[in-house]
Amino acid sequence: MTVSPTRPGVVLSKTIEAARPRRARRLPVQKPWPAWRIAGVQVGILILLLLAWEGAADSGVINAFFWSQPSAVFHSLIVFCVEGDALIDITTTFEETLIGFALGTAIGSMIGLSFWWSRNYAAVAQPFIICFESIPKLALAPLVILVFGIGLASKVAIATALTLVVTTLTVSSGVKAVDPDSERLFYSLGASRWQVFRKLVVPACLPWMISLLRVNIGLALTGAVVGEFIASQHGLGREIFYAGSTYDIALVWVAVLVLSTLSILMYLAVSALEKALRRGVLH
Amino acid sequence: MESGISKLVVDLVSVAFEERGSKFQALAPVTMATEAGRFVSLIGPSGCGKSTLFNVIAGLLPPSSGRVLIDGEDFTGLIGRVGYMLQKDLLLPWRTVLDNIALGMEIRGAKLRDARAQAMPYLARYGLGGFELKYPATLSGGMRQRAALLRTLLIDTDVILLDEPFGALDAQTKEQMQEWLLQLWSDFRKTVVFVTHDLDEALFLSDEIHVMATRPGRIVETIAVPFDRPRDRSVVTTPEFARLKQHCLKLLSASHAIEDAA
Ligand SMILES: Nc1ncnc2c1ncn2[C@@H]1O[C@H](COP(=O)(O)OP(=O)(O)O)[C@@H](O)[C@H]1O
Ligand SMILES: [Mg+2]
Repeated sequence: MTVSPTRPGVVLSKTIEAARPRRARRLPVQKPWPAWRIAGVQVGILILLLLAWEGAADSGVINAFFWSQPSAVFHSLIVFCVEGDALIDITTTFEETLIGFALGTAIGSMIGLSFWWSRNYAAVAQPFIICFESIPKLALAPLVILVFGIGLASKVAIATALTLVVTTLTVSSGVKAVDPDSERLFYSLGASRWQVFRKLVVPACLPWMISLLRVNIGLALTGAVVGEFIASQHGLGREIFYAGSTYDIALVWVAVLVLSTLSILMYLAVSALEKALRRGVLH
Repeated sequence: MESGISKLVVDLVSVAFEERGSKFQALAPVTMATEAGRFVSLIGPSGCGKSTLFNVIAGLLPPSSGRVLIDGEDFTGLIGRVGYMLQKDLLLPWRTVLDNIALGMEIRGAKLRDARAQAMPYLARYGLGGFELKYPATLSGGMRQRAALLRTLLIDTDVILLDEPFGALDAQTKEQMQEWLLQLWSDFRKTVVFVTHDLDEALFLSDEIHVMATRPGRIVETIAVPFDRPRDRSVVTTPEFARLKQHCLKLLSASHAIEDAA
Protein backbone atom coordinates (compact mmCIF):
# COMPACT_ATOMS: atom_id res chain seq x y z
CA MET A 1 0.00 0.00 0.00
CA THR A 2 1.23 3.45 -0.92
CA VAL A 3 0.05 6.87 0.03
CA SER A 4 0.06 9.83 -2.33
CA PRO A 5 2.76 12.31 -1.29
CA THR A 6 0.73 15.32 -2.45
CA ARG A 7 -2.62 14.23 -1.02
CA PRO A 8 -1.99 12.29 2.13
CA GLY A 9 -4.66 9.78 2.85
CA VAL A 10 -5.39 8.88 -0.75
CA VAL A 11 -4.53 5.29 -1.37
CA LEU A 12 -2.64 4.61 -4.59
CA SER A 13 -2.15 0.90 -4.22
CA LYS A 14 -4.14 -0.06 -7.31
CA THR A 15 -2.21 1.94 -9.92
CA ILE A 16 1.13 1.17 -8.36
CA GLU A 17 0.29 -2.50 -8.36
CA ALA A 18 -0.50 -2.41 -12.07
CA ALA A 19 2.72 -0.57 -12.96
CA ARG A 20 4.95 -2.85 -10.92
CA PRO A 21 7.24 -4.87 -13.19
CA ARG A 22 6.73 -8.59 -13.45
CA ARG A 23 9.21 -10.98 -11.93
CA ALA A 24 12.44 -11.14 -13.87
CA ARG A 25 12.47 -13.93 -16.43
CA ARG A 26 15.13 -15.86 -18.17
CA LEU A 27 15.93 -14.94 -21.79
CA PRO A 28 14.42 -17.71 -23.94
CA VAL A 29 17.29 -19.63 -25.48
CA GLN A 30 17.17 -22.35 -28.12
CA LYS A 31 19.66 -25.12 -27.79
CA PRO A 32 20.94 -26.03 -31.26
CA TRP A 33 21.26 -29.72 -32.08
CA PRO A 34 24.55 -31.07 -33.39
CA ALA A 35 24.65 -31.51 -37.16
CA TRP A 36 24.51 -35.33 -37.03
CA ARG A 37 21.30 -35.23 -35.08
CA ILE A 38 19.61 -32.89 -37.56
CA ALA A 39 20.79 -35.05 -40.46
CA GLY A 40 19.58 -38.16 -38.65
CA VAL A 41 16.10 -36.73 -38.15
CA GLN A 42 16.00 -35.67 -41.80
CA VAL A 43 16.93 -39.15 -43.02
CA GLY A 44 14.39 -40.64 -40.62
CA ILE A 45 11.60 -38.47 -42.03
CA LEU A 46 12.60 -39.41 -45.58
CA ILE A 47 12.52 -43.14 -44.76
CA LEU A 48 9.15 -42.76 -43.07
CA LEU A 49 7.72 -40.99 -46.12
CA LEU A 50 9.04 -43.68 -48.47
CA LEU A 51 7.68 -46.44 -46.22
CA ALA A 52 4.30 -44.71 -46.06
CA TRP A 53 4.26 -44.40 -49.85
CA GLU A 54 5.19 -48.08 -50.26
CA GLY A 55 2.62 -49.17 -47.71
CA ALA A 56 -0.14 -47.00 -49.15
CA ALA A 57 0.51 -48.38 -52.63
CA ASP A 58 0.59 -51.99 -51.41
CA SER A 59 -2.63 -51.66 -49.43
CA GLY A 60 -4.39 -49.85 -52.27
CA VAL A 61 -4.87 -46.53 -50.44
CA ILE A 62 -3.24 -44.86 -53.45
CA ASN A 63 -3.33 -46.23 -56.95
CA ALA A 64 0.08 -47.72 -57.71
CA PHE A 65 -0.62 -47.48 -61.43
CA PHE A 66 -0.60 -43.68 -61.30
CA TRP A 67 1.76 -43.11 -58.40
CA SER A 68 4.06 -46.11 -58.67
CA GLN A 69 5.91 -47.05 -55.49
CA PRO A 70 9.49 -46.83 -54.12
CA SER A 71 10.35 -50.48 -54.68
CA ALA A 72 9.30 -50.24 -58.33
CA VAL A 73 11.18 -46.97 -58.75
CA PHE A 74 14.31 -48.52 -57.29
CA HIS A 75 13.99 -51.49 -59.61
CA SER A 76 13.48 -49.16 -62.55
CA LEU A 77 16.53 -47.15 -61.53
CA ILE A 78 18.72 -50.27 -61.66
CA VAL A 79 17.33 -51.21 -65.06
CA PHE A 80 17.75 -47.64 -66.35
CA CYS A 81 21.37 -47.55 -65.23
CA VAL A 82 22.35 -51.02 -66.31
CA GLU A 83 20.36 -51.65 -69.48
CA GLY A 84 18.84 -48.28 -70.29
CA ASP A 85 20.15 -45.07 -71.79
CA ALA A 86 21.22 -43.51 -68.50
CA LEU A 87 24.65 -42.39 -69.65
CA ILE A 88 23.68 -40.98 -73.02
CA ASP A 89 20.58 -39.27 -71.56
CA ILE A 90 22.57 -37.63 -68.80
CA THR A 91 25.40 -36.47 -71.04
CA THR A 92 22.95 -35.15 -73.65
CA THR A 93 21.04 -33.01 -71.17
CA PHE A 94 24.25 -31.96 -69.46
CA GLU A 95 25.83 -30.89 -72.72
CA GLU A 96 22.80 -28.90 -73.90
CA THR A 97 22.54 -27.16 -70.55
CA LEU A 98 26.19 -26.30 -70.31
CA ILE A 99 26.51 -24.91 -73.83
CA GLY A 100 23.29 -22.90 -73.47
CA PHE A 101 24.44 -21.61 -70.09
CA ALA A 102 27.83 -20.53 -71.41
CA LEU A 103 26.46 -18.94 -74.58
CA GLY A 104 23.62 -17.12 -72.84
CA THR A 105 25.81 -15.80 -70.04
CA ALA A 106 28.63 -14.72 -72.35
CA ILE A 107 26.53 -13.13 -75.10
CA GLY A 108 24.16 -11.52 -72.59
CA SER A 109 27.10 -10.03 -70.69
CA MET A 110 28.61 -8.68 -73.89
CA ILE A 111 25.34 -7.07 -74.96
CA GLY A 112 24.82 -5.61 -71.49
CA LEU A 113 28.36 -4.22 -71.38
CA SER A 114 28.07 -2.82 -74.90
CA PHE A 115 25.36 -0.43 -73.69
CA TRP A 116 28.05 1.55 -71.88
CA TRP A 117 29.59 2.64 -75.16
CA SER A 118 26.69 4.69 -76.45
CA ARG A 119 23.75 6.11 -74.58
CA ASN A 120 21.85 6.53 -77.86
CA TYR A 121 22.36 2.93 -78.84
CA ALA A 122 21.26 1.83 -75.36
CA ALA A 123 18.13 3.96 -75.59
CA VAL A 124 17.26 2.53 -79.01
CA ALA A 125 17.86 -1.06 -77.90
CA GLN A 126 15.99 -0.81 -74.60
CA PRO A 127 12.39 -1.46 -75.83
CA PHE A 128 13.51 -4.41 -77.95
CA ILE A 129 15.17 -6.04 -74.97
CA ILE A 130 12.10 -5.49 -72.82
CA CYS A 131 9.86 -6.98 -75.53
CA PHE A 132 12.09 -10.00 -75.80
CA GLU A 133 12.04 -10.27 -72.02
CA SER A 134 8.24 -10.23 -71.88
CA ILE A 135 7.81 -13.05 -74.44
CA PRO A 136 7.28 -16.36 -72.64
CA LYS A 137 10.20 -17.94 -74.44
CA LEU A 138 9.18 -21.49 -73.66
CA ALA A 139 6.01 -20.87 -75.67
CA LEU A 140 8.21 -20.39 -78.69
CA ALA A 141 10.01 -23.70 -78.14
CA PRO A 142 8.04 -25.58 -80.84
CA LEU A 143 9.06 -22.91 -83.34
CA VAL A 144 12.69 -23.19 -82.27
CA ILE A 145 12.55 -26.96 -82.80
CA LEU A 146 11.21 -26.42 -86.30
CA VAL A 147 13.99 -24.00 -87.14
CA PHE A 148 16.91 -25.74 -85.43
CA GLY A 149 15.86 -29.37 -85.78
CA ILE A 150 15.46 -32.03 -83.12
CA GLY A 151 19.15 -32.30 -82.27
CA LEU A 152 21.48 -30.46 -79.92
CA ALA A 153 21.14 -27.05 -81.60
CA SER A 154 17.47 -26.50 -80.74
CA LYS A 155 17.92 -27.31 -77.03
CA VAL A 156 20.97 -25.08 -76.86
CA ALA A 157 18.98 -22.31 -78.55
CA ILE A 158 16.17 -22.51 -76.00
CA ALA A 159 18.59 -22.64 -73.05
CA THR A 160 20.50 -19.68 -74.49
CA ALA A 161 17.35 -17.63 -75.06
CA LEU A 162 16.25 -18.18 -71.47
CA THR A 163 19.57 -17.10 -69.96
CA LEU A 164 20.55 -14.39 -72.40
CA VAL A 165 17.80 -11.91 -71.62
CA VAL A 166 18.17 -12.03 -67.85
CA THR A 167 21.91 -11.61 -68.26
CA THR A 168 21.58 -8.66 -70.62
CA LEU A 169 19.16 -6.87 -68.32
CA THR A 170 21.19 -7.52 -65.18
CA VAL A 171 24.51 -6.51 -66.70
CA SER A 172 23.00 -3.35 -68.18
CA SER A 173 21.79 -2.47 -64.68
CA GLY A 174 25.37 -2.99 -63.56
CA VAL A 175 26.58 -0.65 -66.28
CA LYS A 176 24.09 2.00 -65.19
CA ALA A 177 25.27 1.64 -61.60
CA VAL A 178 28.89 2.54 -62.42
CA ASP A 179 29.66 5.64 -60.37
CA PRO A 180 29.91 8.67 -62.70
CA ASP A 181 32.42 10.19 -60.28
CA SER A 182 34.70 7.19 -60.77
CA GLU A 183 34.43 7.74 -64.50
CA ARG A 184 35.35 11.36 -63.92
CA LEU A 185 38.38 10.30 -61.91
CA PHE A 186 39.54 8.10 -64.79
CA TYR A 187 39.09 10.85 -67.32
CA SER A 188 40.84 13.36 -65.08
CA LEU A 189 43.84 11.03 -65.17
CA GLY A 190 43.69 11.24 -68.95
CA ALA A 191 42.09 7.83 -69.60
CA SER A 192 40.76 6.75 -72.99
CA ARG A 193 37.26 5.31 -73.29
CA TRP A 194 38.75 1.86 -73.74
CA GLN A 195 40.73 2.24 -70.51
CA VAL A 196 37.62 3.31 -68.63
CA PHE A 197 35.80 0.29 -70.06
CA ARG A 198 38.56 -2.20 -69.29
CA LYS A 199 39.64 -0.94 -65.91
CA LEU A 200 36.40 0.44 -64.50
CA VAL A 201 33.22 -0.73 -66.25
CA VAL A 202 34.10 -4.41 -66.66
CA PRO A 203 35.38 -4.96 -63.11
CA ALA A 204 32.49 -2.97 -61.68
CA CYS A 205 30.03 -5.23 -63.54
CA LEU A 206 31.76 -8.51 -62.70
CA PRO A 207 29.93 -9.02 -59.40
CA TRP A 208 26.64 -8.65 -61.28
CA MET A 209 27.71 -11.31 -63.77
CA ILE A 210 28.92 -13.65 -61.05
CA SER A 211 25.61 -13.36 -59.23
CA LEU A 212 23.90 -14.49 -62.45
CA LEU A 213 25.72 -17.80 -62.70
CA ARG A 214 23.50 -19.70 -60.28
CA VAL A 215 20.30 -18.30 -61.73
CA ASN A 216 21.43 -19.09 -65.25
CA ILE A 217 22.38 -22.72 -64.67
CA GLY A 218 18.83 -23.42 -63.48
CA LEU A 219 17.28 -21.55 -66.42
CA ALA A 220 19.49 -23.33 -68.93
CA LEU A 221 18.52 -26.73 -67.52
CA THR A 222 14.83 -25.83 -67.74
CA GLY A 223 15.30 -24.73 -71.35
CA ALA A 224 17.09 -27.93 -72.31
CA VAL A 225 14.51 -30.21 -70.67
CA VAL A 226 11.53 -28.40 -72.21
CA GLY A 227 13.22 -28.64 -75.62
CA GLU A 228 13.61 -32.37 -75.09
CA PHE A 229 9.95 -32.71 -74.13
CA ILE A 230 8.93 -31.38 -77.51
CA ALA A 231 11.19 -33.33 -79.80
CA SER A 232 14.44 -35.17 -79.28
CA GLN A 233 16.12 -38.53 -79.45
CA HIS A 234 17.96 -38.47 -76.14
CA GLY A 235 18.03 -36.64 -72.87
CA LEU A 236 16.37 -36.83 -69.46
CA GLY A 237 13.49 -34.65 -70.65
CA ARG A 238 12.78 -37.08 -73.44
CA GLU A 239 13.00 -39.98 -71.00
CA ILE A 240 10.38 -38.39 -68.74
CA PHE A 241 8.11 -37.63 -71.69
CA TYR A 242 8.49 -41.10 -73.17
CA ALA A 243 7.96 -42.86 -69.84
CA GLY A 244 4.86 -40.77 -69.14
CA SER A 245 3.31 -41.49 -72.48
CA THR A 246 3.84 -45.25 -72.01
CA TYR A 247 2.45 -45.17 -68.43
CA ASP A 248 5.82 -46.25 -67.03
CA ILE A 249 5.44 -44.08 -63.93
CA ALA A 250 8.35 -45.66 -62.13
CA LEU A 251 10.60 -44.59 -64.97
CA VAL A 252 9.20 -41.04 -64.77
CA TRP A 253 10.28 -40.93 -61.14
CA VAL A 254 13.69 -42.33 -62.01
CA ALA A 255 14.29 -39.70 -64.66
CA VAL A 256 13.09 -36.91 -62.36
CA LEU A 257 15.38 -38.22 -59.66
CA VAL A 258 18.38 -38.30 -61.97
CA LEU A 259 17.51 -34.86 -63.34
CA SER A 260 17.30 -33.39 -59.84
CA THR A 261 20.64 -34.93 -58.96
CA LEU A 262 22.19 -33.46 -62.10
CA SER A 263 20.65 -30.09 -61.27
CA ILE A 264 21.99 -30.13 -57.72
CA LEU A 265 25.45 -31.17 -58.87
CA MET A 266 25.60 -28.39 -61.46
CA TYR A 267 24.31 -25.90 -58.91
CA LEU A 268 27.02 -26.92 -56.47
CA ALA A 269 29.68 -26.69 -59.17
CA VAL A 270 28.54 -23.22 -60.17
CA SER A 271 28.41 -22.13 -56.53
CA ALA A 272 31.99 -23.28 -56.11
CA LEU A 273 32.94 -21.44 -59.29
CA GLU A 274 31.18 -18.34 -57.98
CA LYS A 275 33.04 -18.54 -54.71
CA ALA A 276 36.38 -18.94 -56.48
CA LEU A 277 35.60 -16.04 -58.82
CA ARG A 278 34.53 -13.79 -55.98
CA ARG A 279 37.74 -14.53 -54.17
CA GLY A 280 39.76 -13.94 -57.33
CA VAL A 281 37.93 -10.87 -58.55
CA LEU A 282 36.80 -9.20 -55.36
CA HIS A 283 39.77 -10.14 -53.19
CA MET B 1 60.58 29.11 -66.32
CA GLU B 2 59.62 32.35 -67.97
CA SER B 3 58.98 35.10 -65.51
CA GLY B 4 55.64 36.80 -65.77
CA ILE B 5 53.78 33.67 -66.83
CA SER B 6 51.80 32.07 -64.03
CA LYS B 7 51.62 28.33 -63.64
CA LEU B 8 47.84 28.19 -63.67
CA VAL B 9 45.56 30.94 -64.93
CA VAL B 10 41.79 30.79 -64.81
CA ASP B 11 40.79 33.51 -67.24
CA LEU B 12 37.23 34.84 -67.01
CA VAL B 13 35.74 31.36 -66.67
CA SER B 14 31.98 31.26 -66.31
CA VAL B 15 29.62 28.28 -66.14
CA ALA B 16 25.88 28.28 -66.64
CA PHE B 17 23.79 25.13 -66.26
CA GLU B 18 20.62 24.65 -68.26
CA GLU B 19 17.89 23.59 -65.87
CA ARG B 20 14.42 22.84 -67.22
CA GLY B 21 14.74 25.60 -69.79
CA SER B 22 16.02 28.21 -67.35
CA LYS B 23 19.66 29.10 -66.98
CA PHE B 24 21.47 28.79 -63.68
CA GLN B 25 24.66 30.78 -63.38
CA ALA B 26 26.89 28.53 -61.26
CA LEU B 27 30.03 30.59 -61.85
CA ALA B 28 30.18 34.26 -62.77
CA PRO B 29 33.33 35.07 -64.71
CA VAL B 30 36.12 34.03 -62.34
CA THR B 31 39.73 35.03 -62.79
CA MET B 32 42.58 33.64 -60.75
CA ALA B 33 46.33 33.31 -61.29
CA THR B 34 48.54 30.92 -59.36
CA GLU B 35 52.33 30.95 -59.37
CA ALA B 36 54.34 27.76 -59.68
CA GLY B 37 54.84 25.79 -56.49
CA ARG B 38 52.30 27.66 -54.45
CA PHE B 39 49.61 26.32 -52.21
CA VAL B 40 46.35 28.20 -52.66
CA SER B 41 42.95 27.54 -51.14
CA LEU B 42 39.42 28.22 -52.29
CA ILE B 43 37.02 28.77 -49.49
CA GLY B 44 33.34 29.57 -49.69
CA PRO B 45 29.85 28.42 -48.80
CA SER B 46 28.49 25.16 -50.11
CA GLY B 47 27.18 25.53 -53.66
CA CYS B 48 29.38 28.48 -54.61
CA GLY B 49 30.90 26.54 -57.47
CA LYS B 50 34.21 25.30 -56.06
CA SER B 51 33.82 21.80 -57.48
CA THR B 52 32.45 23.26 -60.71
CA LEU B 53 35.57 25.39 -61.08
CA PHE B 54 37.74 22.31 -60.46
CA ASN B 55 35.83 20.36 -63.09
CA VAL B 56 36.54 23.14 -65.57
CA ILE B 57 40.26 23.27 -64.72
CA ALA B 58 40.49 19.46 -65.01
CA GLY B 59 38.87 19.62 -68.45
CA LEU B 60 35.84 17.59 -67.37
CA LEU B 61 33.37 20.41 -67.88
CA PRO B 62 33.50 22.84 -70.79
CA PRO B 63 33.02 26.37 -69.45
CA SER B 64 30.35 28.64 -70.93
CA SER B 65 33.09 31.18 -71.49
CA GLY B 66 36.72 31.78 -70.58
CA ARG B 67 39.96 29.82 -70.75
CA VAL B 68 42.22 27.73 -68.56
CA LEU B 69 45.91 28.42 -69.15
CA ILE B 70 48.73 26.30 -67.82
CA ASP B 71 52.23 27.70 -68.38
CA GLY B 72 50.55 30.14 -70.73
CA GLU B 73 49.15 27.40 -72.93
CA ASP B 74 45.42 26.96 -73.46
CA PHE B 75 44.19 23.72 -71.85
CA THR B 76 40.47 24.51 -71.76
CA GLY B 77 38.49 21.29 -72.15
CA LEU B 78 41.57 19.04 -72.22
CA ILE B 79 41.84 16.18 -69.72
CA GLY B 80 44.91 14.69 -68.11
CA ARG B 81 46.93 17.89 -67.68
CA VAL B 82 46.26 18.33 -63.95
CA GLY B 83 45.92 15.88 -61.06
CA TYR B 84 42.46 16.00 -59.54
CA MET B 85 41.30 14.45 -56.31
CA LEU B 86 37.53 14.54 -56.25
CA GLN B 87 35.43 15.07 -53.16
CA LYS B 88 35.08 11.29 -52.65
CA ASP B 89 38.21 9.12 -52.40
CA LEU B 90 36.92 6.86 -55.23
CA LEU B 91 39.30 4.02 -54.44
CA LEU B 92 38.38 0.98 -56.53
CA PRO B 93 37.24 -1.77 -54.15
CA TRP B 94 38.62 -4.57 -56.33
CA ARG B 95 42.16 -3.16 -56.38
CA THR B 96 44.65 -3.35 -53.55
CA VAL B 97 45.90 -0.10 -52.04
CA LEU B 98 49.09 -0.41 -54.06
CA ASP B 99 47.21 -1.00 -57.31
CA ASN B 100 44.86 1.88 -56.57
CA ILE B 101 47.81 4.19 -56.15
CA ALA B 102 49.42 2.81 -59.31
CA LEU B 103 46.22 3.41 -61.30
CA GLY B 104 47.18 6.90 -62.42
CA MET B 105 50.55 5.81 -63.78
CA GLU B 106 48.97 2.76 -65.39
CA ILE B 107 46.41 4.88 -67.21
CA ARG B 108 49.17 7.14 -68.39
CA GLY B 109 50.84 4.25 -70.16
CA ALA B 110 53.02 2.47 -67.60
CA LYS B 111 52.78 -1.31 -67.28
CA LEU B 112 51.06 -2.29 -64.04
CA ARG B 113 54.22 -4.05 -62.89
CA ASP B 114 56.37 -0.93 -63.43
CA ALA B 115 53.75 1.34 -61.90
CA ARG B 116 53.68 -0.88 -58.82
CA ALA B 117 57.45 -0.86 -58.51
CA GLN B 118 57.49 2.91 -58.80
CA ALA B 119 54.72 3.46 -56.27
CA MET B 120 55.96 0.97 -53.69
CA PRO B 121 58.63 3.13 -51.97
CA TYR B 122 56.21 6.04 -51.61
CA LEU B 123 53.70 3.94 -49.70
CA ALA B 124 56.27 3.13 -47.06
CA ARG B 125 57.57 6.69 -46.92
CA TYR B 126 54.14 8.32 -46.62
CA GLY B 127 52.48 6.26 -43.94
CA LEU B 128 50.92 3.44 -45.93
CA GLY B 129 53.65 0.86 -45.26
CA GLY B 130 52.14 -2.53 -44.53
CA PHE B 131 48.89 -1.62 -46.27
CA GLU B 132 50.15 -2.29 -49.81
CA LEU B 133 48.19 -5.49 -50.33
CA LYS B 134 45.16 -4.55 -48.27
CA TYR B 135 41.86 -3.64 -49.91
CA PRO B 136 40.35 -0.18 -49.43
CA ALA B 137 37.35 -1.51 -47.52
CA THR B 138 39.66 -2.43 -44.65
CA LEU B 139 41.20 1.06 -44.35
CA SER B 140 40.26 3.92 -42.03
CA GLY B 141 39.08 7.22 -43.46
CA GLY B 142 42.47 8.86 -43.01
CA MET B 143 44.29 5.99 -44.71
CA ARG B 144 41.89 6.06 -47.64
CA GLN B 145 42.55 9.77 -48.11
CA ARG B 146 46.28 9.13 -48.03
CA ALA B 147 45.92 6.53 -50.74
CA ALA B 148 43.72 8.77 -52.90
CA LEU B 149 46.17 11.66 -52.47
CA LEU B 150 49.17 9.55 -53.38
CA ARG B 151 47.38 8.32 -56.48
CA THR B 152 46.88 11.96 -57.48
CA LEU B 153 50.43 13.03 -56.65
CA LEU B 154 52.28 10.19 -58.31
CA ILE B 155 51.30 11.13 -61.84
CA ASP B 156 53.49 13.38 -63.91
CA THR B 157 51.50 16.59 -63.53
CA ASP B 158 52.77 19.65 -61.70
CA VAL B 159 49.35 21.07 -60.82
CA ILE B 160 47.00 19.26 -58.49
CA LEU B 161 43.48 20.05 -57.40
CA LEU B 162 42.24 18.77 -54.05
CA ASP B 163 38.51 19.02 -53.41
CA GLU B 164 37.81 18.97 -49.66
CA PRO B 165 40.08 15.98 -49.07
CA PHE B 166 39.77 16.13 -45.30
CA GLY B 167 36.14 17.20 -45.07
CA ALA B 168 34.92 13.92 -43.60
CA LEU B 169 37.70 13.33 -41.08
CA ASP B 170 37.58 13.89 -37.33
CA ALA B 171 39.49 16.89 -35.97
CA GLN B 172 42.51 14.98 -34.75
CA THR B 173 43.02 12.93 -37.89
CA LYS B 174 42.51 16.08 -39.90
CA GLU B 175 45.41 17.86 -38.18
CA GLN B 176 47.70 14.88 -38.76
CA MET B 177 46.68 14.78 -42.39
CA GLN B 178 47.32 18.51 -42.84
CA GLU B 179 50.87 18.14 -41.60
CA TRP B 180 51.29 15.04 -43.74
CA LEU B 181 50.05 16.98 -46.77
CA LEU B 182 52.48 19.85 -46.15
CA GLN B 183 55.29 17.30 -45.97
CA LEU B 184 54.22 15.85 -49.33
CA TRP B 185 53.85 19.26 -50.86
CA SER B 186 57.33 20.32 -49.90
CA ASP B 187 58.76 17.00 -51.13
CA PHE B 188 56.94 16.98 -54.45
CA ARG B 189 57.08 20.73 -55.17
CA LYS B 190 53.79 20.85 -56.99
CA THR B 191 51.32 23.67 -57.40
CA VAL B 192 48.30 22.89 -55.24
CA VAL B 193 44.78 24.29 -55.37
CA PHE B 194 42.86 23.18 -52.32
CA VAL B 195 39.17 23.46 -51.55
CA THR B 196 37.97 23.50 -47.98
CA HIS B 197 35.11 24.59 -45.75
CA ASP B 198 37.44 24.99 -42.84
CA LEU B 199 39.02 28.43 -42.30
CA ASP B 200 41.67 27.21 -39.89
CA GLU B 201 42.69 24.58 -42.39
CA ALA B 202 42.93 27.10 -45.22
CA LEU B 203 44.99 29.53 -43.13
CA PHE B 204 47.30 26.84 -41.79
CA LEU B 205 48.04 25.33 -45.19
CA SER B 206 47.95 28.09 -47.79
CA ASP B 207 50.06 30.85 -49.25
CA GLU B 208 46.95 32.47 -50.60
CA ILE B 209 43.22 32.16 -50.02
CA HIS B 210 40.51 32.99 -52.53
CA VAL B 211 37.29 33.71 -50.68
CA MET B 212 34.25 32.89 -52.78
CA ALA B 213 30.62 33.89 -52.59
CA THR B 214 27.53 32.32 -54.05
CA ARG B 215 24.75 33.22 -56.54
CA PRO B 216 26.51 33.55 -58.79
CA GLY B 217 29.70 31.79 -57.69
CA ARG B 218 32.58 34.27 -57.74
CA ILE B 219 35.82 35.22 -55.96
CA VAL B 220 35.20 38.19 -53.68
CA GLU B 221 38.68 38.65 -52.30
CA THR B 222 42.13 37.12 -52.43
CA ILE B 223 44.07 37.10 -49.19
CA ALA B 224 47.81 36.53 -48.84
CA VAL B 225 48.80 34.37 -45.86
CA PRO B 226 52.16 35.63 -44.58
CA PHE B 227 53.25 32.90 -42.16
CA ASP B 228 56.76 31.47 -42.59
CA ARG B 229 57.36 27.95 -43.73
CA PRO B 230 57.83 25.32 -42.54
CA ARG B 231 54.85 26.13 -40.38
CA ASP B 232 54.31 24.96 -36.90
CA ARG B 233 50.86 24.23 -35.53
CA SER B 234 51.40 27.08 -33.06
CA VAL B 235 50.71 29.73 -35.74
CA VAL B 236 47.04 29.16 -35.11
CA THR B 237 47.43 30.88 -31.76
CA THR B 238 49.08 34.07 -33.09
CA PRO B 239 47.14 37.35 -33.21
CA GLU B 240 47.85 37.64 -36.95
CA PHE B 241 46.11 34.31 -37.51
CA ALA B 242 43.12 35.47 -35.49
CA ARG B 243 42.98 38.74 -37.41
CA LEU B 244 43.03 36.98 -40.81
CA LYS B 245 40.43 34.51 -39.65
CA GLN B 246 38.23 37.35 -38.45
CA HIS B 247 38.58 39.05 -41.82
CA CYS B 248 37.67 35.91 -43.77
CA LEU B 249 34.69 35.27 -41.52
CA LYS B 250 33.45 38.76 -42.20
CA LEU B 251 33.75 38.21 -45.95
CA LEU B 252 31.91 34.90 -45.74
CA SER B 253 29.13 36.24 -43.57
CA ALA B 254 28.78 39.32 -45.79
CA SER B 255 28.10 37.08 -48.75
CA HIS B 256 25.55 35.23 -46.65
CA ALA B 257 23.87 38.49 -45.68
CA ILE B 258 23.50 39.45 -49.33
CA GLU B 259 22.07 36.05 -50.05
CA ASP B 260 19.57 36.35 -47.21
CA ALA B 261 18.48 39.80 -48.34
CA ALA B 262 17.93 38.56 -51.89
N1 LIG C 1 25.68 19.20 -63.61
C1 LIG C 1 25.01 20.20 -62.98
N2 LIG C 1 23.80 20.61 -63.44
C2 LIG C 1 23.12 21.60 -62.82
N3 LIG C 1 23.55 22.24 -61.74
C3 LIG C 1 24.75 21.91 -61.23
C4 LIG C 1 25.54 20.86 -61.81
N4 LIG C 1 26.68 20.73 -61.10
C5 LIG C 1 26.60 21.65 -60.10
N5 LIG C 1 25.46 22.36 -60.18
C6 LIG C 1 25.07 23.47 -59.30
O1 LIG C 1 26.08 24.44 -59.33
C7 LIG C 1 26.27 24.97 -58.04
C8 LIG C 1 27.72 24.84 -57.64
O2 LIG C 1 27.98 23.48 -57.35
P1 LIG C 1 29.38 22.98 -56.81
O3 LIG C 1 30.43 23.45 -57.73
O4 LIG C 1 29.30 21.52 -56.59
O5 LIG C 1 29.48 23.74 -55.42
P2 LIG C 1 30.55 23.57 -54.24
O6 LIG C 1 31.54 22.54 -54.65
O7 LIG C 1 31.15 24.90 -54.06
O8 LIG C 1 29.77 23.17 -53.02
C9 LIG C 1 25.31 24.27 -57.10
O9 LIG C 1 24.21 25.09 -56.88
C10 LIG C 1 24.94 23.03 -57.86
O10 LIG C 1 23.62 22.66 -57.55
MG1 LIG D 1 31.98 20.66 -53.84
